[in-house]
Amino acid sequence: MSSLNNSFRTRSRTDSIRRNLSGFDKWLTLAVLLLLIMGTLLVWAATRTWFSSQGLDPQYYLKRHVLNIFIGVLLSYGTTLIDYRLLRAYTPIVWGLGVLGLIAVLIPGVGSTVNGARAWISFPGGFQVQPAELSKIAIIVGIAMLLAEKRDIDANPTDKDVLKALALSAIPILLILVQPDLGTVVIISAAIVAIIAVSGAPTRWIVGLLLLAVLGGFVAVKAGVVSDYQVKRLTAFVDPSADPQQSGYQIRQSRITIGSGGFLGKGLFNGPQTNGRFVPEQQTDFIFTVAGEELGFLGAGFILVLFAVIFLRAFMIARRTTDLFGRLVCVGVIAWFAFQTFENVGMCMGLVPMTGVPLPFVSYGGSSMFANLVGFGLLQNVHVRSR
Amino acid sequence: MSSQRSRLNLVIVQTLIISLMFALLGRLFYLQVANTTAYKDAALSIQSRDIITPALRGAITDSSGLPLAMDRPGLAITVDRSVIDKQPDKGVAVLTRVSNLLKLPYADLWQGTRLCGELAIGKRSGCWNGTRFQAIPITKQATQPQALVILENSDIYAGVNAETVPVRSYPSLAGELPVHVLGYVGGVSEADLTDPTKGFYRNESVGKSGLEYMYDDYLRGTPGIKTVIVDRKESVTQTSQNTQPIPGDNLVTNINASLQAATEKALNRAVLNSRSMGYHADSGAAIVLNVKSGAVLSMASWPTYDPNMFQKGLTVKQAKDLFSEATGVPALSRAIQGTYAPASTFKALSVVAASKAKYSLNASYKCPSTVKIGNRVFKNFEAKNEGTINMEQAIAVSCDTIWYQIAYDEWVRDGGLSPKSNLKDYFFLNAKNFGVGKKTGIDLPGESTGRLPDRNWKENYWKANKNFFCNYQARAAKKDLTPYLIAIAHENCIDGYMLRAGDAVNFSIGQGDTLVSPLQLVTMYAAIANGGTLYKPQVARAVVTPQGKVVKEFKPEITGKIPATSSDLAFLHRALRAVATRGTGAGLFANFPVQVSGKTGTGQVLGRNTNGSAKDDTSWFVSYAPSNKPQYAVVMMVSQGGFGAAASGGGVKDIYSALFGVKGNTVDPKAAIFPLSGPSSAIPKIDTKSAVAAKGVTK
Repeated sequence: MSSLNNSFRTRSRTDSIRRNLSGFDKWLTLAVLLLLIMGTLLVWAATRTWFSSQGLDPQYYLKRHVLNIFIGVLLSYGTTLIDYRLLRAYTPIVWGLGVLGLIAVLIPGVGSTVNGARAWISFPGGFQVQPAELSKIAIIVGIAMLLAEKRDIDANPTDKDVLKALALSAIPILLILVQPDLGTVVIISAAIVAIIAVSGAPTRWIVGLLLLAVLGGFVAVKAGVVSDYQVKRLTAFVDPSADPQQSGYQIRQSRITIGSGGFLGKGLFNGPQTNGRFVPEQQTDFIFTVAGEELGFLGAGFILVLFAVIFLRAFMIARRTTDLFGRLVCVGVIAWFAFQTFENVGMCMGLVPMTGVPLPFVSYGGSSMFANLVGFGLLQNVHVRSR
Repeated sequence: MSSQRSRLNLVIVQTLIISLMFALLGRLFYLQVANTTAYKDAALSIQSRDIITPALRGAITDSSGLPLAMDRPGLAITVDRSVIDKQPDKGVAVLTRVSNLLKLPYADLWQGTRLCGELAIGKRSGCWNGTRFQAIPITKQATQPQALVILENSDIYAGVNAETVPVRSYPSLAGELPVHVLGYVGGVSEADLTDPTKGFYRNESVGKSGLEYMYDDYLRGTPGIKTVIVDRKESVTQTSQNTQPIPGDNLVTNINASLQAATEKALNRAVLNSRSMGYHADSGAAIVLNVKSGAVLSMASWPTYDPNMFQKGLTVKQAKDLFSEATGVPALSRAIQGTYAPASTFKALSVVAASKAKYSLNASYKCPSTVKIGNRVFKNFEAKNEGTINMEQAIAVSCDTIWYQIAYDEWVRDGGLSPKSNLKDYFFLNAKNFGVGKKTGIDLPGESTGRLPDRNWKENYWKANKNFFCNYQARAAKKDLTPYLIAIAHENCIDGYMLRAGDAVNFSIGQGDTLVSPLQLVTMYAAIANGGTLYKPQVARAVVTPQGKVVKEFKPEITGKIPATSSDLAFLHRALRAVATRGTGAGLFANFPVQVSGKTGTGQVLGRNTNGSAKDDTSWFVSYAPSNKPQYAVVMMVSQGGFGAAASGGGVKDIYSALFGVKGNTVDPKAAIFPLSGPSSAIPKIDTKSAVAAKGVTK
């Protein structure tokens, strides 16, 4: 490990940057870049009319969003500089910070509640951090490390390895469940199952985990572990008229907003539903409705295509690498992005129950943006180093 | 081996994730391409709000263009919810001040300024039917000083305003108030709103009865619609359409305001006269028709009501009184909705039936004091024995017994209680052809059909009531369990479907189950007067735009011919004139300078009043004039008014006096309401403003 460190230090910094950038997967970069640009415009479109009608700065959210992207890009680039194999060394620290953050949000006075979930730590100056986003990365890298350790690609993880991986992820998952942030739990679980599946672990684990997920969900609803507002969101999904003012209202408005966009959309900044602010949380969880109304099937569909490009390129990276750890990290990141996208867009279109997760690379929100771009950095990192 | 499993699982995960993306794309296509129309409509209804400005309602004028009903500016005090809602106490203080200023209960103000949708179902009475973006009127009858207080203290009356709004008013320029003809306007009902064929908007005023209802489509105009786009907090972000209201058209009627006023006055006097003579006189009606066209020149019903109360806002008591028996059901128009036994006025029809049955109208008949039919004795009016008289005299003095005999003989010829297959039924068929039991078709809502109690009716009535008759002692009220009524019920139970001799006999003198409305009767007499043509009685004359263009003209409509031959008619003209010269109407009309022909009627009414007294007779007088060249048909009916010649005859005389300008024993053509040639058929120019100004009325 020390020899690798030395070899890094001997290289000049400019060399390493050039090597890095030229080694990036261009399609993956382009797709993420386009999503960032579209997201910026959509966040602006979602907030400018409303803010100016309230006598506030119409560029307030635009400015903060651009700043978030800038910080995120720096973090992302930083992630690509260090060989991902060295990241293992940092994993316990990231994991520990994530768990500490998740405990902190539960402490009254430290954590703040948004939309029924205690998911945020507020800092002076209006900044908020969501430790769960940090934990996603910690868990993905952590279990990838455990399942790929001490073996080359031809060796299979043992039951003990799998158990270790599950134990490692159980603590943050339980803490997130307490917030409660079911959407994030589902995303992390999907990533875990995907990593275990691709790790070559015995198939019974995958089948068992899937069954556990179904059973767990059932018991959670029955036993009342799932909070009242989550049950409301679920029933509202099944029957939007059950609670027309609250959850049902959002689902209905969201679907109408997308549907009214039609094939070509109303044009950027021209959506009456968006400008009238009929959909709540439109710059964060419901950003896809802005795309649906103002950009139409053409624009919203293009966003889905961009995500598909990201996933396909990432799978290609996962296939090409000979390093199991790198592959598992890739698979974890893909599953994370994919399930988060599916939950978010599916929720906007009334396809899945309402969960408050942002759309990767597009929604407004610092913690999520940083985490997404770090995830992107991980993919590029694996790509650069597998050639 | 393990690498293989890893790679295989990688492909599975990839396939799964790509299919998730396809699911999203499919759903997006479903929402945005396949179903976009539905969602676009839904979005539009979420974002847009229509603000309706009702159009100025057209005026209803008399035949010379004088307004009978019109919109005039009223001073409204309005409340703007979008302003008072933003006050710290949500407008409580401001509404309290308004309540004190206008002397209106605070609870009513609060209720009146709530949108109907804000209130629970069942607690919505008095709520505002419009939207939040309109100034909500609290009253349309504010005074100038009240308005000034509000306008000059806009700081403590923030959100309250005074403005002029149209109010339906009844200038009554000639003293007329034809409430039953005009009807009234009111707010749109929920049922009307949900009826897509009507196309009403909330907070519009629509006609509820009378001409206002009948010609609502012309009068109402087209409301102005301003569509605003709002955001989630209901703040207006833009205006998407803004059409101005188009005023409604004016309706010119055949009513003459002066004649209407005279008719109302005469009817009122007749009712009061009759009461002074000791009769109950609970209600009445009077109508003047132009016999040459069916035009309704005036029409009155008593008791009446104040139409302005609908604009002031109807109190619960006022609404109840309109339909209360105790107040005489003022809402009911006796002229077209009340039905009564026509009594002797029906003999004009029986004359034609007798002529059809080959009885000579020039022959003489016995008019004894009584006629025995079976084991029942039918008495002549006041049991007078007139001896043997000719038919003309029989009409003049209104002999009943002649008709008993003829009707009985005809009934026997038709087979009596075992009817023949080729029934003649002269009396019933003849009455049917005159229009008994059939609506006249007048252009007013709610006309009654009356009743023709022929064999058909008897059978249907029996079928419907058989169970009651056959279980009379179990089902009838205790006070109706007299031996006589029980016997009748028993008879009705067994053969109630049969047309009995008594039925036939009663029918010939317009008694028994026969019912006609005053309008039906005067329409038949108008036909006798004009040579046999039945016209549809018509109130409306034309629809004219505010600019004066005639949109629609209502020409006279012939609905049929009465079954009288020219010799029948000639006989009737002689006989009905004899009524006024030497018969039952001679006391009133023998020395009247206008030649009037007519017939009295004194209808017996079964049953009792609420205080237990027996019901008084229905007083009828139906007529036409001038006798030699008939132009007008006039009827008056006073329910429980006593003798026909007394209450109604006097009333009709009053109407003719006004109509022809009778002063004492002479006619002053200048004082006549219409020129000698009769009512003009020209459509007048309408200028309601100057008409009102000229009379100096500032109601």
